Amino acid sequence: MNLNIDNLWVLNVAGIEVWITETIFNTWIIMAFLIVLALIARLKLKSFKEIPTGAQNVIELVVEIFDNFATETLGEKLSYISPWYFMVFVYLLSCCLFSIFGFRAPSADWATTFALAFASFSLMIIMGFKHRKGEYLKGFFTPHFIFFPMNLIGELAKPVSLSFRLFGNMLSGTIILTLYYGLTPLFVQFGIPVFLHAFFDVIFGAIQTYIFVIISLMYVSGAASD
Amino acid sequence: MESLAKVIGVIHISAAIALSNGIFTTFGQSKVACQAIESIARQPEAANDIRSAMFVGLAMCETSGIYGLLIAIIMLFANPLLEKLISLIG
Repeated sequence: MNLNIDNLWVLNVAGIEVWITETIFNTWIIMAFLIVLALIARLKLKSFKEIPTGAQNVIELVVEIFDNFATETLGEKLSYISPWYFMVFVYLLSCCLFSIFGFRAPSADWATTFALAFASFSLMIIMGFKHRKGEYLKGFFTPHFIFFPMNLIGELAKPVSLSFRLFGNMLSGTIILTLYYGLTPLFVQFGIPVFLHAFFDVIFGAIQTYIFVIISLMYVSGAASD
Repeated sequence: MESLAKVIGVIHISAAIALSNGIFTTFGQSKVACQAIESIARQPEAANDIRSAMFVGLAMCETSGIYGLLIAIIMLFANPLLEKLISLIG
């Protein structure tokens, strides 16, 4: 546990320095884990039966819960983007759970959260143009065209606030655990941090993941449905 | 050396002031939770809807507290005005 994001090694790609930080490395580990899980689920898909048993039950349950959740928030018409948010949900949840093992969570880096929030923002704009066309642009000029700068700032603040919320929450957990590990003697560092990890990583992480996804879904549905 | 100590002191005090908005954030969040509990007690069948609305409301309230935390961290670790502050105080 460390407050700084360590730089592991530097690559030289065509004269440009590319820094491979702890965040990127941890992201790769999580990506590998999730890809393996997805491949296993894909291989199991061949042997799926009408009446589910064992692993099929779990996979169907998870996908169904998230699909229902997305359909409730977005409506039937827009629910085809729910796979993307399922990925975001699983990725953010595994980021939070990753820091239980003493590594730095990738979501405690603003780069990760801003990338996800910016993806949500782009998706919001694309969905708005796709489903409402000119109406979406017109929304910037309501109730009067004088309000255009205010509406624009309101839209641009969305990815910033979305990313800062998740980043700040994850960072606060990291800071408190770092302080605990740094300030206490060795004999209280076994067993007791479990409760801190459970509170700051598992509970906060799960709540913030849920909130990130539901607020993104609300932005998308606000932009795309009239 | 003395001027650097003064600058560090000023930075720490300002970070503490930035964090003190947690008082109001907590107060607002407590009001949200209080209202949600009240309405769940009144209408237990609507508990699920109220709970999800409460979480979104809590997250919205928390934003200002998080901004305070970020401002404090930026002041302590990545202060953009450090040079100016040193030349001003020193």
